Amino acid sequence: MRKTLMAAMAAAVVAGALASPPAEAKTFRWAFQGDAQALDPHSLNETFTLGLLGNVYEGLIRRDPELKIEPALAESWEIVEPTRWRFHLRKGVKFHNGNDFTADDVLFTAARTRADGSDLKTRLAGVTDIIKVDDHTVDFVTDAPNPILHYEWATWYIMDKEWAEANNAGSPTDVTGGKENFATRNTNGTGPFMLVSRETDVKTVLKPYDGWWDAANKKHNLTEVVFTPIGSDSTRVAALLSGEIDMMYPVPVQDMNRLEGDANTSVLAGPELRTIFLGMDQELDELQYSNVKGKNPFKDKRVREAFYRAVDVNAIQKKIMRGLSEPSAIMISPFLFSRSAEFKRLEHNPEMSKKLLAEAGYPNGFEVGMDCPNNRYVNDEKICQAVVAMLAKVGVKVDLLAQPKAQYFAKILRPKRDTSFYLLGWTPGSFDSWNVLYNIIATPADDGRGKFNVGGYSNARIDELTTQVLSETDATKRDAMIHEAFKLLDDDRGYIPLHQQGLAWGKRSNIELAQRADNQFMLYYVNVK
Amino acid sequence: MVAFIIRRFIQSLFVMFVVALVSFAMFQFIGDPVNQMVGIETSLAERAALRERLGLNDPIYVQFWHYIVNAVSGDFGLSYQHKRPVADMLLERLPATLELSLVSALFSLIVGIPMGVYTGLNRDGFLAKLFLTISLIGISLPTFLIGILLIFVFSVMMANAPPIPVFDLFTIYPSALQLPSFGRGTTVDIGSWRTGLLTTDGLKALIMPSITLGLFQLTLIMRLVRSEMLEVLRTDYIKFARARGLANRAINFGHALKNTLVPVITITGLQVGSIIAFAIITETVFQWPGMGQMFLLAVQNVDIPIMAAYLMLIAFFFVVINLIVDMLYYVVDPRLRVDAGKVSGHG
Repeated sequence: MRKTLMAAMAAAVVAGALASPPAEAKTFRWAFQGDAQALDPHSLNETFTLGLLGNVYEGLIRRDPELKIEPALAESWEIVEPTRWRFHLRKGVKFHNGNDFTADDVLFTAARTRADGSDLKTRLAGVTDIIKVDDHTVDFVTDAPNPILHYEWATWYIMDKEWAEANNAGSPTDVTGGKENFATRNTNGTGPFMLVSRETDVKTVLKPYDGWWDAANKKHNLTEVVFTPIGSDSTRVAALLSGEIDMMYPVPVQDMNRLEGDANTSVLAGPELRTIFLGMDQELDELQYSNVKGKNPFKDKRVREAFYRAVDVNAIQKKIMRGLSEPSAIMISPFLFSRSAEFKRLEHNPEMSKKLLAEAGYPNGFEVGMDCPNNRYVNDEKICQAVVAMLAKVGVKVDLLAQPKAQYFAKILRPKRDTSFYLLGWTPGSFDSWNVLYNIIATPADDGRGKFNVGGYSNARIDELTTQVLSETDATKRDAMIHEAFKLLDDDRGYIPLHQQGLAWGKRSNIELAQRADNQFMLYYVNVK
Repeated sequence: MVAFIIRRFIQSLFVMFVVALVSFAMFQFIGDPVNQMVGIETSLAERAALRERLGLNDPIYVQFWHYIVNAVSGDFGLSYQHKRPVADMLLERLPATLELSLVSALFSLIVGIPMGVYTGLNRDGFLAKLFLTISLIGISLPTFLIGILLIFVFSVMMANAPPIPVFDLFTIYPSALQLPSFGRGTTVDIGSWRTGLLTTDGLKALIMPSITLGLFQLTLIMRLVRSEMLEVLRTDYIKFARARGLANRAINFGHALKNTLVPVITITGLQVGSIIAFAIITETVFQWPGMGQMFLLAVQNVDIPIMAAYLMLIAFFFVVINLIVDMLYYVVDPRLRVDAGKVSGHG
C-alpha cells in the first residue's frame, strides 16, 4: 500500500516534470492590493473602485494618459450662459446590453447620483437644474459660474436608465436598507470592456466590448482580462516574478530593485498627484498633546518655521522613499498648477530651527504628540519616525502615535479633530487647485469648507481668494489668484509640504501600457506583445 | 446522555452569547466604519447622517440587542464594504476554508504520525534526530514566513529555472513543477459548494497553503506521538507482548500505536478548531479566498457585520467541536457512560 502510494507520487512528479512548459497565455492578468468595493458606479468615491469601473462605464468626458480632458459620451460642449453649460451627446452609442444611450440616461444618472446612498453627490455640487433639450442635448444650470464643472466627470459614470429600473437598481446601494442591489455585482456600461464574471476579492473577468463606439481607434489588443486582488506585498511581487500575472501595483519600494534586476520584469515609476504634508494645530488655545500649558506654540509662526526647517525632505526621499518621491514646495502636485515652479522649499537648517525656537521662547524645545497612519500612504509610519528623529535634533520631543487608517482618521478628522501634529496626504479629485484651497487651506466652516483643514489654519485673504477662484473664468487671472493664495500660505508656514509620493507599477517585459499620474489603470492602453 | 447533550447545548448558547457581547464591546475601539465607507469628498453632514442610519450612535447595548434579534432570525446584515448580505458572503467563503483546513489536518496526521512512530522507535537514529531538528522549524518559524519561503522556492525559482537536459534522453522542465503562489486555481461548483479538489489546478493550488497551515500541527502531532510511544513502550503489557514472542511489527503498531492514539485524537479534534481559526494568516499570504482572509480585510475596514458574523461562526465551530470531543469521551471511556449510582465495587 505504502509502496504503491510512493510509486504513484513519484510517477506524478516525473510526469509533471516531463510535460512541456505551459503555453503563453493570451489573456492579460493583473493584480492590485485590494478589490473594488462594489461595482455600483455611484456607491463609493474612491480611486481604485472608480478606476476599475472606468473600463466598463464611461463619463461624458474622459482623461487621456496625460490627464487632458477628451470628449467621451459627450462629443462637445459649450457654455451658453455663464451659468448654463450645454453638452452634445454622442449619437449611436450603445450600452453593453444593446440599449441606446440618450439624454434620458444622463438625467437618470444625475438623479441616481443625488439619491441616498450615493457617494458621488459632489460631482453635481452647484448644479441646480438639468434640462433635456432633445434626445442628444443636455443643459446643466449652475448656481454660479463654474469653469471646472466637468473636471471630475471622467469618473461620473452614466448608467442605462431602462436597465437600472428594470433591475430595481434605480438608486445606489444603501447598506441600511438591508437588501443587495443588482448593480452591486452586475454592470451595463458603454465602455470598452464588459464584465464576464465577478467574485468579490477573488477574481473579476472582463472581455472587450465589440460594439464600443471608439472601437475603430482602440489602442489595446486584449481578448480577455483577469483581475485578481493580492493583498500580501510579497505574494504580489512573487506572482509577477513567476509570470502568474502580467502586471501589478503598487510595487513595495523595497522590491523595486528586485523587479528591475529581473530580465522579465520592470518597474514603471512616476510622480503621483498626492502631496504628503505635515499639519499643525493652530486652532486651539492650548495643544491637546504637549507639555506647554496655557498657550499653543503652533500659533507662533517662528515655531512653525522651525519645524519646517528641521525636516530634511531630501533624506526622506533618499533613505525612506528610495527615490520614489519628489520633494514639494506647495500643497499641490506641480503637474496641476502652471505656476508651481515659482515656489521653492525653505532650506533645511537645523541651526536656524533652534534659533527660531529660542526666539519663540522655547530654547530647550518642547514636547508634542504626533498622529500618523501606518497603512495609508507609502511608508507613512517610517516618514513619521524620521520626522521625530529630525525634530529631536532641534530639541523638540515628539511622542508618535502611528495607527491603522481606520483608527487614525476617526481620531484626527472633524468632528473629533483630536490631534496636535499630524501627517496627511491629499490628491485633488478635480485635478485643480481650488479643491486644495477649499478642503485643506480655507478656514473651516459649517458648509464643508476646510473640512480637511484639521489644524484649523486660517487666513481671511485666502478664504476670499478661494471663493473668487471658483467662479473666475479667465485662466490667467485665476492662476494669479491661486498663486497669491499659495504664496500667503507659504509665507505663513501654515503647512509643511513634504513630497509628492511616487507611484510604482510592476509589469512583465512583454506588456506595454500607459501610466497615469492619478494612479488609475486604463486597460484600453494595454498591449500584450 | 441526552441530559448531558442538552446541558452542553445550553452552555454552548451561553458561550456564543458571550462571544458576541465581547466582540461588540471590542468594535468600539477599532475605528470608525463610516470613514471607510465614503470617499474623502463626502461632507461631514452626510457622514453624520450615514452614522445615524447605521445605528452607530445608539448605545452599545441597543446595537447589541438589534444585532442579536436579527441574528436569531438568520439576518446578519449587509457588509458595509461590499454591500452584500454577510450570510451569503460567509457561505461562499466557507468551502475554501474548510477544504484548506481539512487537507492540512490530514497532511499533519498522515505525515506526523509515522514520523512520531519512527522517532519514538529509533530514538538515537540519525534520521530521527533530523526529523526532530526539522520539526523545530515548524514550531519556531512564523506561518507567513514559511508561506513566503515556499512561494519563493516553488513559484518564483521554479518558474525562472532553465530546463535541465538529462543525457539527451529527455528534458526536465522545472517550470512544470511550479506551484501557484495565490488563489485556488480552477474550481468546480457542486450545488453551492465550490470545490478545488476536483481539478489538477485546484489540487496544485492546495499544496503550499496546506503545508504552511499544517506544519505546526504536524510538529505537534509528531512530538506527541513520539513521547506517547516512549511512554507506552515502557509499560508492562508491551513487555508481556514481547515475552509472548509477538513480532515487532505487531507490538509496535497493533499494541503500542493504538494506545498512543487516544490523546492524539483529542488534540487533533481540538486543533481542527484552531486550524480553521488560524487559517487567517495562511489565507492572507496565499490570497486564499476563505473566511479568514475576508475577516482580516473586514478588520482593516471596520466592516462590523462581517466581523461579528465571523466571530460568532468561529465560536460556533469551537463549541460544536468541543461537544463532539466530549461525546467521543463518552464512547471511548466506559466510566463516563455509567451513572454514578450504578458504579459497582471495582470502579
